[in-house]
Amino acid sequence: MEKKLPTIEIIEKYCKGCHICVEFCPTKVLEMQGFVAAVKNLEACIKCMQCELRCPDFAIKVTA
Amino acid sequence: MAFDYDKYLRPGKLPHIWCPGCGHGIVMKGLIRAIDACGLEKNNTAIVSGIGCASRLPGYMDFCTLHTAHGRAAAFATGVKMAKPEMNVILVGGDGDGTAIGGNHFIHACRRNIDMTYLIMNNNIYGMTGGQFSPCTPTGAKASTTPYGNPDPAFDIAKLAIGAGATFVARGTAYHATQIDKLIAEAIQHKGFSVVEILDDCPTTYGRRNKFKSVIEMMNRLKEIAVPVKAAEKMSPEQLEGKILTGVLYKAEKPEYTGEYAKVIERAKGAK
Ligand SMILES: Cc1ncc(C[n+]2csc(CCOP(=O)(O)OP(=O)(O)O)c2C)c(N)n1
Ligand code: SF4
Ligand code: SF4
Ligand code: SF4
Repeated sequence: MEKKLPTIEIIEKYCKGCHICVEFCPTKVLEMQGFVAAVKNLEACIKCMQCELRCPDFAIKVTA
Repeated sequence: MAFDYDKYLRPGKLPHIWCPGCGHGIVMKGLIRAIDACGLEKNNTAIVSGIGCASRLPGYMDFCTLHTAHGRAAAFATGVKMAKPEMNVILVGGDGDGTAIGGNHFIHACRRNIDMTYLIMNNNIYGMTGGQFSPCTPTGAKASTTPYGNPDPAFDIAKLAIGAGATFVARGTAYHATQIDKLIAEAIQHKGFSVVEILDDCPTTYGRRNKFKSVIEMMNRLKEIAVPVKAAEKMSPEQLEGKILTGVLYKAEKPEYTGEYAKVIERAKGAK
Protein backbone atom coordinates (compact mmCIF):
# COMPACT_ATOMS: atom_id res chain seq x y z
CA MET A 1 0.00 0.00 0.00
CA GLU A 2 1.24 3.47 -0.82
CA LYS A 3 1.85 5.63 2.24
CA LYS A 4 -0.15 8.80 2.51
CA LEU A 5 2.04 11.85 2.14
CA PRO A 6 1.44 14.99 4.16
CA THR A 7 0.90 18.38 2.57
CA ILE A 8 3.51 20.99 3.42
CA GLU A 9 2.49 24.51 2.59
CA ILE A 10 5.09 27.28 2.67
CA ILE A 11 3.66 30.78 2.68
CA GLU A 12 6.41 32.59 0.83
CA LYS A 13 5.24 36.08 1.68
CA TYR A 14 5.69 35.29 5.41
CA CYS A 15 8.97 33.35 5.19
CA LYS A 16 11.97 35.41 6.32
CA GLY A 17 14.57 32.86 5.30
CA CYS A 18 15.89 32.10 8.79
CA HIS A 19 16.81 28.44 7.94
CA ILE A 20 15.37 27.09 11.22
CA CYS A 21 12.92 24.67 9.57
CA VAL A 22 15.55 23.41 7.12
CA GLU A 23 18.24 22.90 9.73
CA PHE A 24 16.17 21.12 12.35
CA CYS A 25 14.03 18.85 10.16
CA PRO A 26 15.15 15.40 11.34
CA THR A 27 14.82 13.84 7.88
CA LYS A 28 16.03 16.71 5.67
CA VAL A 29 12.76 17.26 3.86
CA LEU A 30 13.25 20.97 3.38
CA GLU A 31 15.80 23.20 1.67
CA MET A 32 16.34 26.87 1.03
CA GLN A 33 15.54 27.98 -2.50
CA GLY A 34 17.06 31.39 -2.69
CA PHE A 35 15.55 33.43 0.11
CA VAL A 36 12.68 31.12 1.10
CA ALA A 37 12.20 27.58 2.39
CA ALA A 38 10.97 24.92 -0.02
CA VAL A 39 10.09 21.23 0.02
CA LYS A 40 12.85 19.06 -1.41
CA ASN A 41 11.92 15.53 -0.41
CA LEU A 42 8.33 15.12 0.73
CA GLU A 43 8.59 11.30 0.83
CA ALA A 44 10.99 11.55 3.79
CA CYS A 45 8.60 13.55 5.97
CA ILE A 46 7.74 11.79 9.24
CA LYS A 47 5.06 14.38 10.13
CA CYS A 48 6.79 15.33 13.37
CA MET A 49 5.53 18.93 12.95
CA GLN A 50 8.78 20.38 14.31
CA CYS A 51 9.19 22.69 11.32
CA GLU A 52 5.72 24.11 11.81
CA LEU A 53 6.22 24.51 15.58
CA ARG A 54 9.60 26.23 15.26
CA CYS A 55 8.93 28.54 12.34
CA PRO A 56 8.87 31.97 14.02
CA ASP A 57 6.91 33.42 11.11
CA PHE A 58 3.78 31.29 10.73
CA ALA A 59 5.13 30.47 7.27
CA ILE A 60 4.95 26.67 7.23
CA LYS A 61 1.92 24.41 7.63
CA VAL A 62 2.05 20.64 7.71
CA THR A 63 -1.20 18.72 7.21
CA ALA A 64 -0.78 15.02 7.88
CA MET B 1 -3.58 18.64 11.15
CA ALA B 2 -1.93 22.00 10.91
CA PHE B 3 -2.87 24.16 13.87
CA ASP B 4 -5.13 27.11 13.00
CA TYR B 5 -3.28 30.13 14.42
CA ASP B 6 -5.27 32.58 12.27
CA LYS B 7 -8.31 32.10 14.47
CA TYR B 8 -6.48 33.93 17.27
CA LEU B 9 -4.61 36.57 15.28
CA ARG B 10 -5.87 39.98 14.21
CA PRO B 11 -6.45 39.77 10.47
CA GLY B 12 -3.91 41.35 8.12
CA LYS B 13 -1.15 41.73 10.74
CA LEU B 14 1.33 39.19 9.35
CA PRO B 15 4.18 39.20 8.56
CA HIS B 16 5.10 40.42 12.03
CA ILE B 17 7.89 42.94 12.67
CA TRP B 18 10.34 40.56 14.34
CA CYS B 19 13.68 39.88 12.62
CA PRO B 20 14.44 36.63 10.74
CA GLY B 21 14.94 33.87 13.33
CA CYS B 22 13.83 35.97 16.33
CA GLY B 23 12.42 33.56 18.90
CA HIS B 24 9.55 35.86 19.87
CA GLY B 25 7.46 34.41 17.02
CA ILE B 26 8.02 30.86 18.29
CA VAL B 27 6.93 31.94 21.77
CA MET B 28 3.82 33.72 20.46
CA LYS B 29 2.78 30.53 18.67
CA GLY B 30 3.24 28.60 21.92
CA LEU B 31 1.08 31.13 23.75
CA ILE B 32 -1.65 30.77 21.13
CA ARG B 33 -1.65 26.96 21.44
CA ALA B 34 -1.80 27.26 25.24
CA ILE B 35 -4.76 29.66 25.06
CA ASP B 36 -6.46 27.21 22.69
CA ALA B 37 -5.77 24.26 24.99
CA CYS B 38 -7.18 26.15 27.99
CA GLY B 39 -10.23 27.23 25.98
CA LEU B 40 -9.88 30.90 26.98
CA GLU B 41 -12.45 33.23 25.46
CA LYS B 42 -11.22 36.26 23.57
CA ASN B 43 -13.58 38.65 25.34
CA ASN B 44 -12.61 37.36 28.74
CA THR B 45 -8.85 37.38 28.23
CA ALA B 46 -6.54 40.38 28.51
CA ILE B 47 -2.99 40.31 27.15
CA VAL B 48 -0.88 43.11 28.58
CA SER B 49 2.65 44.19 27.70
CA GLY B 50 5.22 46.91 28.36
CA ILE B 51 7.63 48.15 25.68
CA GLY B 52 10.20 46.25 23.61
CA CYS B 53 10.26 43.84 20.69
CA ALA B 54 8.69 41.14 22.88
CA SER B 55 6.09 43.62 24.07
CA ARG B 56 4.81 44.01 20.50
CA LEU B 57 3.17 40.61 20.89
CA PRO B 58 -0.32 41.74 22.05
CA GLY B 59 -0.73 43.81 18.88
CA TYR B 60 -1.03 40.61 16.86
CA MET B 61 -3.44 38.88 19.19
CA ASP B 62 -7.20 39.12 18.69
CA PHE B 63 -8.00 39.49 22.40
CA CYS B 64 -8.48 42.36 24.84
CA THR B 65 -4.99 43.85 24.67
CA LEU B 66 -3.01 46.61 26.34
CA HIS B 67 0.39 47.83 25.11
CA THR B 68 1.48 50.03 27.97
CA ALA B 69 4.60 51.85 29.22
CA HIS B 70 8.08 50.34 29.52
CA GLY B 71 8.22 47.98 32.51
CA ARG B 72 4.65 48.73 33.56
CA ALA B 73 2.77 45.68 32.27
CA ALA B 74 2.34 44.30 35.79
CA ALA B 75 0.93 47.58 37.09
CA PHE B 76 -1.66 47.91 34.30
CA ALA B 77 -2.47 44.19 34.42
CA THR B 78 -3.05 44.39 38.18
CA GLY B 79 -5.54 47.18 37.53
CA VAL B 80 -7.38 45.03 34.98
CA LYS B 81 -7.46 42.03 37.30
CA MET B 82 -8.66 44.03 40.31
CA ALA B 83 -11.45 45.62 38.25
CA LYS B 84 -12.45 42.31 36.64
CA PRO B 85 -11.20 39.39 38.74
CA GLU B 86 -13.06 36.91 36.51
CA MET B 87 -10.88 37.87 33.54
CA ASN B 88 -7.87 35.81 32.47
CA VAL B 89 -4.91 38.18 32.51
CA ILE B 90 -1.67 37.35 30.70
CA LEU B 91 1.38 39.62 30.83
CA VAL B 92 4.09 39.41 28.20
CA GLY B 93 7.42 41.13 27.69
CA GLY B 94 11.18 40.98 27.47
CA ASP B 95 13.87 40.54 30.12
CA GLY B 96 14.76 44.23 30.01
CA ASP B 97 11.18 45.35 30.38
CA GLY B 98 10.47 42.92 33.20
CA THR B 99 13.65 42.85 35.27
CA ALA B 100 15.23 46.30 34.80
CA ILE B 101 12.76 49.19 34.63
CA GLY B 102 9.89 46.84 35.52
CA GLY B 103 11.70 44.85 38.19
CA ASN B 104 9.84 46.49 41.04
CA HIS B 105 6.40 45.84 39.57
CA PHE B 106 7.48 42.28 38.85
CA ILE B 107 8.50 41.40 42.41
CA HIS B 108 5.42 42.98 43.93
CA ALA B 109 3.08 41.11 41.59
CA CYS B 110 4.89 37.95 42.75
CA ARG B 111 4.56 38.98 46.39
CA ARG B 112 0.81 39.53 46.11
CA ASN B 113 0.30 36.21 44.37
CA ILE B 114 -2.34 37.81 42.14
CA ASP B 115 -3.89 35.32 39.74
CA MET B 116 -2.18 36.30 36.46
CA THR B 117 0.31 34.63 34.12
CA TYR B 118 3.54 36.39 33.22
CA LEU B 119 5.31 35.20 30.08
CA ILE B 120 8.81 36.60 29.97
CA MET B 121 10.87 36.25 26.81
CA ASN B 122 14.47 36.30 27.95
CA ASN B 123 16.81 37.02 25.06
CA ASN B 124 19.47 38.42 27.44
CA ILE B 125 19.43 41.89 25.84
CA TYR B 126 17.48 45.06 25.03
CA GLY B 127 16.66 44.09 21.45
CA MET B 128 14.45 46.97 20.39
CA THR B 129 16.85 49.77 21.23
CA GLY B 130 19.91 48.18 19.63
CA GLY B 131 21.44 45.79 22.13
CA GLN B 132 22.16 47.48 25.46
CA PHE B 133 22.83 45.02 28.29
CA SER B 134 19.97 44.02 30.56
CA PRO B 135 19.99 42.52 34.07
CA CYS B 136 19.81 39.15 32.28
CA THR B 137 22.88 39.60 30.09
CA PRO B 138 25.40 36.92 31.12
CA THR B 139 28.65 38.00 32.77
CA GLY B 140 31.31 38.57 30.14
CA ALA B 141 28.85 38.95 27.25
CA LYS B 142 29.07 41.85 24.85
CA ALA B 143 26.36 44.43 24.44
CA SER B 144 26.47 47.88 22.84
CA THR B 145 26.98 49.26 26.37
CA THR B 146 29.47 46.57 27.45
CA PRO B 147 31.88 46.44 24.50
CA TYR B 148 34.63 45.00 26.74
CA GLY B 149 32.40 42.38 28.30
CA ASN B 150 29.67 42.66 30.92
CA PRO B 151 31.02 42.81 34.50
CA ASP B 152 27.58 42.25 36.10
CA PRO B 153 26.21 38.90 37.24
CA ALA B 154 22.82 38.11 35.66
CA PHE B 155 19.50 37.65 37.40
CA ASP B 156 18.07 34.16 37.58
CA ILE B 157 14.47 35.11 36.78
CA ALA B 158 13.03 31.90 38.19
CA LYS B 159 14.82 32.26 41.52
CA LEU B 160 13.84 35.93 41.68
CA ALA B 161 10.19 35.00 41.13
CA ILE B 162 10.24 32.20 43.70
CA GLY B 163 12.00 34.40 46.26
CA ALA B 164 9.48 37.19 45.73
CA GLY B 165 6.50 34.90 46.27
CA ALA B 166 5.25 33.66 42.87
CA THR B 167 3.46 30.34 43.27
CA PHE B 168 4.10 28.81 39.83
CA VAL B 169 7.47 29.17 38.12
CA ALA B 170 8.53 27.41 34.92
CA ARG B 171 11.21 27.72 32.28
CA GLY B 172 11.46 26.63 28.67
CA THR B 173 13.35 27.61 25.54
CA ALA B 174 12.48 28.76 22.05
CA TYR B 175 14.19 25.64 20.71
CA HIS B 176 11.95 23.29 22.72
CA ALA B 177 8.81 24.53 21.01
CA THR B 178 6.55 21.60 21.95
CA GLN B 179 7.09 22.35 25.64
CA ILE B 180 6.24 26.06 25.48
CA ASP B 181 2.47 25.65 25.20
CA LYS B 182 2.38 23.00 27.92
CA LEU B 183 4.21 25.23 30.40
CA ILE B 184 2.05 28.24 29.60
CA ALA B 185 -1.16 26.21 29.80
CA GLU B 186 -0.20 24.91 33.23
CA ALA B 187 0.66 28.45 34.32
CA ILE B 188 -2.71 29.76 33.12
CA GLN B 189 -4.54 27.02 35.01
CA HIS B 190 -2.63 27.69 38.23
CA LYS B 191 -4.45 29.94 40.70
CA GLY B 192 -1.94 32.59 41.73
CA PHE B 193 0.90 34.52 40.12
CA SER B 194 2.61 32.32 37.53
CA VAL B 195 5.87 33.11 35.81
CA VAL B 196 6.99 31.36 32.63
CA GLU B 197 10.44 32.31 31.40
CA ILE B 198 11.27 31.29 27.86
CA LEU B 199 14.96 31.49 26.96
CA ASP B 200 14.88 33.20 23.62
CA ASP B 201 17.26 34.41 20.94
CA CYS B 202 17.97 37.83 19.49
CA PRO B 203 20.25 37.16 16.53
CA THR B 204 20.26 40.83 15.51
CA THR B 205 21.61 42.56 18.59
CA TYR B 206 22.94 39.73 20.80
CA GLY B 207 23.97 36.95 18.45
CA ARG B 208 26.14 38.97 16.13
CA ARG B 209 28.04 40.65 18.98
CA ASN B 210 28.62 37.38 20.80
CA LYS B 211 30.16 35.28 18.04
CA PHE B 212 27.07 33.33 17.06
CA LYS B 213 27.46 32.84 13.33
CA SER B 214 23.76 32.32 12.79
CA VAL B 215 20.43 31.87 14.49
CA ILE B 216 21.00 28.11 14.11
CA GLU B 217 24.00 28.35 16.46
CA MET B 218 21.85 30.24 18.95
CA MET B 219 19.17 27.55 18.76
CA ASN B 220 21.77 24.83 19.20
CA ARG B 221 23.06 26.57 22.32
CA LEU B 222 19.53 26.57 23.80
CA LYS B 223 19.30 22.89 22.96
CA GLU B 224 22.61 22.15 24.70
CA ILE B 225 22.21 24.15 27.90
CA ALA B 226 18.65 23.03 28.73
CA VAL B 227 18.27 20.17 31.20
CA PRO B 228 14.79 19.04 32.28
CA VAL B 229 14.39 19.22 36.10
CA LYS B 230 13.77 15.47 36.35
CA ALA B 231 16.97 14.62 34.45
CA ALA B 232 18.94 17.09 36.58
CA GLU B 233 18.10 15.14 39.75
CA LYS B 234 20.36 12.35 38.52
CA MET B 235 23.22 14.63 37.48
CA SER B 236 26.29 15.73 39.45
CA PRO B 237 27.12 19.41 40.07
CA GLU B 238 29.96 19.03 37.53
CA GLN B 239 27.56 17.72 34.91
CA LEU B 240 25.20 20.59 35.62
CA GLU B 241 27.91 23.24 35.17
CA GLY B 242 26.73 25.79 32.61
CA LYS B 243 23.32 24.13 32.25
CA ILE B 244 19.91 25.67 32.85
CA LEU B 245 16.97 23.79 34.33
CA THR B 246 13.76 23.62 32.33
CA GLY B 247 10.23 22.50 33.13
CA VAL B 248 8.05 23.36 36.12
CA LEU B 249 10.54 24.58 38.73
CA TYR B 250 8.18 25.52 41.55
CA LYS B 251 4.53 25.16 42.45
CA ALA B 252 2.76 26.09 45.69
CA GLU B 253 -0.69 26.91 46.99
CA LYS B 254 -1.04 30.24 48.78
CA PRO B 255 -3.86 32.76 49.30
CA GLU B 256 -4.57 34.63 46.06
CA TYR B 257 -4.79 38.41 46.07
CA THR B 258 -8.17 39.13 44.41
CA GLY B 259 -9.77 36.59 46.74
CA GLU B 260 -8.13 38.17 49.77
CA TYR B 261 -9.14 41.63 48.60
CA ALA B 262 -12.76 40.52 48.21
CA LYS B 263 -12.66 39.57 51.89
CA VAL B 264 -11.42 43.08 52.74
CA ILE B 265 -14.40 44.51 50.84
CA GLU B 266 -16.76 42.27 52.81
CA ARG B 267 -15.16 43.28 56.10
CA ALA B 268 -15.37 46.95 55.18
CA LYS B 269 -19.08 46.61 54.36
CA GLY B 270 -19.73 45.28 57.83
CA ALA B 271 -17.70 48.04 59.51
CA LYS B 272 -19.53 50.38 61.85
C1 LIG C 1 10.60 54.87 30.06
C2 LIG C 1 11.34 54.28 28.90
N1 LIG C 1 12.67 54.10 28.99
C3 LIG C 1 13.35 53.55 27.97
C4 LIG C 1 12.69 53.20 26.82
C5 LIG C 1 13.48 52.62 25.67
N2 LIG C 1 13.27 51.20 25.48
C6 LIG C 1 12.38 50.72 24.60
S1 LIG C 1 12.35 49.06 24.51
C7 LIG C 1 13.62 48.95 25.65
C8 LIG C 1 14.21 47.63 26.07
C9 LIG C 1 13.56 46.44 25.46
O1 LIG C 1 14.22 45.28 25.86
P1 LIG C 1 13.45 43.99 26.34
O2 LIG C 1 12.36 44.34 27.25
O3 LIG C 1 14.44 43.01 26.84
O4 LIG C 1 12.72 43.43 25.02
P2 LIG C 1 13.31 43.00 23.59
O5 LIG C 1 13.29 44.23 22.74
O6 LIG C 1 14.67 42.43 23.78
O7 LIG C 1 12.32 41.98 23.12
C10 LIG C 1 14.03 50.21 26.08
C11 LIG C 1 15.11 50.45 27.04
C12 LIG C 1 11.29 53.42 26.76
N3 LIG C 1 10.57 53.05 25.67
N4 LIG C 1 10.65 53.95 27.79
S1 SF4 D 1 7.02 17.59 9.73
FE1 SF4 D 1 9.01 16.95 10.57
S2 SF4 D 1 9.83 15.59 9.04
FE2 SF4 D 1 8.19 16.70 8.05
S3 SF4 D 1 9.19 18.44 7.07
FE3 SF4 D 1 8.53 19.12 9.09
S4 SF4 D 1 10.29 18.80 10.41
FE4 SF4 D 1 10.64 17.60 8.57
S1 SF4 E 1 11.42 28.56 9.70
FE1 SF4 E 1 9.78 29.72 8.69
S2 SF4 E 1 10.65 31.74 8.25
FE2 SF4 E 1 12.37 30.36 8.74
S3 SF4 E 1 13.03 29.60 6.72
FE3 SF4 E 1 11.55 28.11 7.52
S4 SF4 E 1 9.56 28.75 6.68
FE4 SF4 E 1 10.98 30.47 6.43
S1 SF4 F 1 16.04 43.11 17.50
FE1 SF4 F 1 16.25 41.09 18.46
S2 SF4 F 1 14.46 40.91 19.83
FE2 SF4 F 1 14.04 42.58 18.38
S3 SF4 F 1 12.92 41.59 16.68
FE3 SF4 F 1 15.09 41.64 16.12
S4 SF4 F 1 15.88 39.63 16.81
FE4 SF4 F 1 13.92 39.97 17.87
